Amino acid sequence: MLKINQLHKSYPIGDSSLHVLKGIDLQVEEGEMVAIMGSSGSGKSTLLNIIGMLDEADSGDYILDGLPIKDLTEKKAAVYRNKFLGFIFQSFNLINYKNALENVALPLYYQGMKRKERQERAMFHLEKVGLADWANHLPKELSGGQNQRVAIARALAANPKLLLADEPTGALDTKTSYEIMAFIQKLNDEGKTILMVTHEEDIANMCKRIVRLRDGIIMEDKKIEQVRAEQYV
Amino acid sequence: MFKFLFDRDTWQEVFDSFNKNKLRSVLTMVGVWWGILLLIVLLGSARGLENSFNRLFGDFATNSVFVWGQSTSKPFKGFQEGRKVRLSLTDAKKVEKNVEGIEFVVPRNQNQATVVRKFLSGSFQMAGDYPLLDQVQKKKLIHGRFINQNDIDFDKKVVLLSEDTYKQLFEKDENAIGEYVQINGMSFKVIGIFKNGNVNMGPSTDMHIPFTTFQQIYNQGDEIGWMMITGKPEYDIKQIEADAKLLLKNLNRIHPKDNRAFGSFNLGKEFAKITGFLTGMQFLTWFVGIATLIAGVFAIGNILLITIKERTKEIGVRRALGATPFEIKRQIVVEAVFLTLMAGVIGIISGGWILILIDTLYGQGAEASLVNASVSIAVVFVALIILVILGTLIGLIPAFKATSIKPIEALREE
Repeated sequence: MLKINQLHKSYPIGDSSLHVLKGIDLQVEEGEMVAIMGSSGSGKSTLLNIIGMLDEADSGDYILDGLPIKDLTEKKAAVYRNKFLGFIFQSFNLINYKNALENVALPLYYQGMKRKERQERAMFHLEKVGLADWANHLPKELSGGQNQRVAIARALAANPKLLLADEPTGALDTKTSYEIMAFIQKLNDEGKTILMVTHEEDIANMCKRIVRLRDGIIMEDKKIEQVRAEQYV
Repeated sequence: MFKFLFDRDTWQEVFDSFNKNKLRSVLTMVGVWWGILLLIVLLGSARGLENSFNRLFGDFATNSVFVWGQSTSKPFKGFQEGRKVRLSLTDAKKVEKNVEGIEFVVPRNQNQATVVRKFLSGSFQMAGDYPLLDQVQKKKLIHGRFINQNDIDFDKKVVLLSEDTYKQLFEKDENAIGEYVQINGMSFKVIGIFKNGNVNMGPSTDMHIPFTTFQQIYNQGDEIGWMMITGKPEYDIKQIEADAKLLLKNLNRIHPKDNRAFGSFNLGKEFAKITGFLTGMQFLTWFVGIATLIAGVFAIGNILLITIKERTKEIGVRRALGATPFEIKRQIVVEAVFLTLMAGVIGIISGGWILILIDTLYGQGAEASLVNASVSIAVVFVALIILVILGTLIGLIPAFKATSIKPIEALREE
């Protein structure tokens, strides 16, 4: 599904440069649910951004579903992101003047899907996250948990191969966090491949595999017994 | 591209971002609105002014020059300077025959006359004229007729009075046609009342009598006071004036460089001055209008740039969701063009209303100062096309700004 070989990335800081990723090797199979952990500055966000094609590695290979991701133009990256990836952000990143349904439909709009079909698809995904009744509400009229569920519906809308979540529970309280995690676990149960960055142990333990980063290299990569989130809800 | 323009979603996006900050969107449009309003109102008014000038000039053969004799200022061929110059009918005929491009030459005599009617009397300017005068200086007749060939042939004692003269000699609403007035002791039959011209275009007079009658009663012989020379439309009246004067100097033995021997009033030149003034005003209007438009469009560009800055994160999200840089740019340009066009259309409509108001206030009646103040559809189209072009160009700046930031940086923005 996802294969990364000797990935390097450094950022220039003044005259010197900061080597953030120092040769990452990572392989993720279909249906996996991986937590990427590490302290701040460990390079976990950079890794996620490169996987998300929002950033490009200096060297190394990145193959997504058999497709080598390299020499990306902005346009190509946009098309790949739209087709292959679903993003879930810490701060939801919903468009505040669009209602829930329109937000969910946005990736489909950029796919060039017809309005009617798009709305049906968006509604289907909103129903899936249990927010069908809130379709016409603006993000500011929804709670944090609801907003994150809208964001998840949006990430799912284009039916991506890979879901990328950057601290999906970082802005939520514990109870809501577990609700969201329960939901993400359900998606994984249905077969979605999920990659998430988190620094919370309890959230990481709800995944099936934990990859720990420190100073730009993978320190530990282990499969774990998944803690089901439902029991806390 | 066309599919994109007719797509409901495109406009949904535009309206969404317009509604996001209604007040600012409206304020943004004020500059362009004002620019186009100014352009429409000023152009319309300039047109109204032009129309009213044309109406005034419509009564004149504008390609005309009036020439009269004065005193010589240079000695020539044994004559002292200061000799009085008098034009003659022969001169007039020779000018008509020899100068190129002449339509006709109308001689005229003029004098002061005392007019008495019953107990009322006054002193008025009286001119002896040919029927041809009517073609140089169209008389607006209120009653009666102008001098005809019959009057000339038989030296008839008939007179046309100006409206002001009539008012001084007759009671209010009294019928004057067919009545008699005493001019220098002789009875003249009133055949017409004409309206005084409302501009000083060429020499005006209070009364007209037949040229031949004038000749006879003042014992003028061959001498004339004026000649009015009208050129054919395709000829330059300034050249005709110069040619005619040179010929007249030759005929009257005047030094060719004597500039004071003849007085003249070139209607064509005066007309050209006013036409030039109108052209200048139109140019100024376009200049001011377009400059204001450009300033207005820049204001839109500026506000859009600020909006883009505020929307950096939103644009980052859209790009993460798969919007290509082209799609982002296109959207921003469409928004810029939309704002510009909206402002423009509102400006054109409100400008039209103001022109209607101007027409109601200043455009009614015969003495209107702004006749039919309006702009042509072509001008409106030109203005709209300029707006679309400017809107597109100015939209490109924020559009490129928006996509110059990498999506990852845009997402980090708070």
